[in-house]
Amino acid sequence: MFGKIYALIVKEFITILQDTKTRIVLISPPIIQLFIFAFAATLDVENVTIGVLNQDYGLQSSELIKRFEGSRTFSKVKFFNSHKQIQENIDNQKVLMVIHIDDNFSKNLLSHKKAKVQLLLDGRKSNSAQIVLGYASKIIDQYNSDLAKELGFKPADTIVIPRNWFNPNLIYKWFTVPGLVAILTLVITVVITSLSIARERELGTFEQLLVSPMKPIEILIGKTVPAIVLGMFEGTLILCAAIFIFRVPFTGSLLALYFSMFLFVLSIIGIGLFLSSICKTQQQALLSVFVFMSPAVIMSGFATPIENMPYIFQLSTIVNPLRYFIVIVRGIFLKELPFVEILKNIYPIALIAVFNLTLATWFFRKRIE
Amino acid sequence: MKKKINRIKALIRKEFFQIIRDPSSILIAGIFPLILLVIYGYGISLDMNNLKIGLIIEDTSDDAISLKRSFINSRFFHIYESNDEKKLVEDLIAFKLHGIVKIPFYFSYYMQRPDLKGPVFVASDGSSPNTASFVQNYSLGAWQNFLAQKMVSSGSPPIPNVEAAPRFWYNEELNSRYFLVPGSIAIIMTLIGTLLTALVVAREWERGTIESIMTTPITIKEFLIAKMISYFCLGLGSMIFSTALAILMFGLPFRGSFFVLSIVSSVFLIVALGVGLLISTLSKNQFIASQISIVSGFLPAFMLSGFIFEISSMPVLIRAITTIIPAKYMVSALQTLFLVGTVKRLILVNVSVMLALAFILFVIIFLKSRKRLD
Repeated sequence: MFGKIYALIVKEFITILQDTKTRIVLISPPIIQLFIFAFAATLDVENVTIGVLNQDYGLQSSELIKRFEGSRTFSKVKFFNSHKQIQENIDNQKVLMVIHIDDNFSKNLLSHKKAKVQLLLDGRKSNSAQIVLGYASKIIDQYNSDLAKELGFKPADTIVIPRNWFNPNLIYKWFTVPGLVAILTLVITVVITSLSIARERELGTFEQLLVSPMKPIEILIGKTVPAIVLGMFEGTLILCAAIFIFRVPFTGSLLALYFSMFLFVLSIIGIGLFLSSICKTQQQALLSVFVFMSPAVIMSGFATPIENMPYIFQLSTIVNPLRYFIVIVRGIFLKELPFVEILKNIYPIALIAVFNLTLATWFFRKRIE
Repeated sequence: MKKKINRIKALIRKEFFQIIRDPSSILIAGIFPLILLVIYGYGISLDMNNLKIGLIIEDTSDDAISLKRSFINSRFFHIYESNDEKKLVEDLIAFKLHGIVKIPFYFSYYMQRPDLKGPVFVASDGSSPNTASFVQNYSLGAWQNFLAQKMVSSGSPPIPNVEAAPRFWYNEELNSRYFLVPGSIAIIMTLIGTLLTALVVAREWERGTIESIMTTPITIKEFLIAKMISYFCLGLGSMIFSTALAILMFGLPFRGSFFVLSIVSSVFLIVALGVGLLISTLSKNQFIASQISIVSGFLPAFMLSGFIFEISSMPVLIRAITTIIPAKYMVSALQTLFLVGTVKRLILVNVSVMLALAFILFVIIFLKSRKRLD
């Protein structure tokens, strides 16, 4: 029995790896994805161009504007001289924010009143705009406290001391790259499994497999082992890149990570087999992989937090193995996640894996019979 | 010439039957947009207003209590008060809290000392940097509210200060759905134009059906034109469907003109189709074509188009790459048409860049496919 399965496994590896183009496709896109994702996927806001419409002639307003010019976030400050220009520049996405200071700004400050500064932001990019607003508010606060000191007011007697744990400088890559270990493992595993049966079916070799003395379960095992090996291999590759190239700190247990990766790959293989058993051609298999992956990735907490989603969506993430695996990977990388917490996230993956594999086997047998 | 048109018509008919009979085309053009729009429209939200914060308050002075109140009153926070610091830290590690705020027992004592200041510690979970910076910003906001209230109640003369009055144009309520839905329409169209087209052309090569087409009087150019027209229609249909969903189901405003929208989408579809055709002419294998179109079509449309991630924050090299990503121009045009209106110059710039990209693509395709005929 093992001899037969072994032979099938060898055959599978040869089919996947014999073609140079396929080999390249297995290795290079994940790496390209890793680099593009790691460098591009940032919600930080830098190099922003802002506009200024200053209708005030006092020293105070130019002092405030100088502080904006000196800030590293704002790479360029454009000066306008009419309201029309504000509209024009925001509409054409030339600037993300415009600071509008009206003509009684200095007068108000000198007579110890409140002086208003209008900050106009482009709501088309509401997330970036909010972050930019945060920077702007900090600059204005600093200006206010300096002004108060200058005028001889007592400074505030309390202070906020901010600390960011696990990632003191809030490096965005430390957030994306561990998540990618999970995502890219998912991609490779599901693509390999779903294509392997669909390819045989399209080429007509599937019947040959069926008339061979192999039992359906043996065929299934023969199809899953290469996907497990290649999926874990890809995961390891990205893991090494994360640790050695991107220098993301790795604080937790490597063994626990691999154990959960193994279960995760199993649960994904179940999905891949299921997809390939309902598809007749490679094209159908690929497209259904795509349709499966987009929601799976979006609803995993990879890019946006799950708790921001509506309740029904949060509920539906319960069956998403990626959701648990991402927590494990991120936790093990940065937070030295304790074993109890890892276990809490491993057992749903294990349940999903058992369920998916059973379902896939059942489907597979039904298809054959 | 008439013969030529008849041949193309016949090919389009063939393609039409293939689309109707293959469930995967329907899946991509009809069901996938629905899934994607629902997920982007309802599922993704970058709006942070339910941050879970653990609050440790060891000081019992009036100031500490007033500070606590301003944290509880913040509409962005959901406060869990506790004296068990160890438990809160565990929850922070287990992703159950986003931050911990601590007002230590020496808070009011330090306040009274002239050389010291009463400290408020704000620890955030830096493993999610975006959320962490929101925790810090909103905490600062809560602290400033506390200061302002203290000032009012103490009756001291107001300190002259600058007050920021922010206004978000075109999206007053800061609804992230308003920019995510137009962006996802661009992604859906990239998928239809690039992925689906690349797959169907590669399939003809892989199955050898292209050879039977070559034995007929049909030229390769006619073949490509027929493919383009068919998938152009499919893409446009999907575009109309998505726009209708965006407006009717998600309640997005549409402030531009539908005529301009149809021009912009047609031009974008031509570029996306060009990319798909180019990929399939270069690789005649479905698996490879799909991988290349994901890497060069779908991922850039998602990551490098400015749809979620701000282009100006990316490294110079990646910023340079984004200039040849058609989806970047489409996302900008769509967001503008939906939220702002028909901003002539911006639309004109975006459309002309897309046209230029289309021109370059088709020159390459033309050269490549002519070679193949020899």
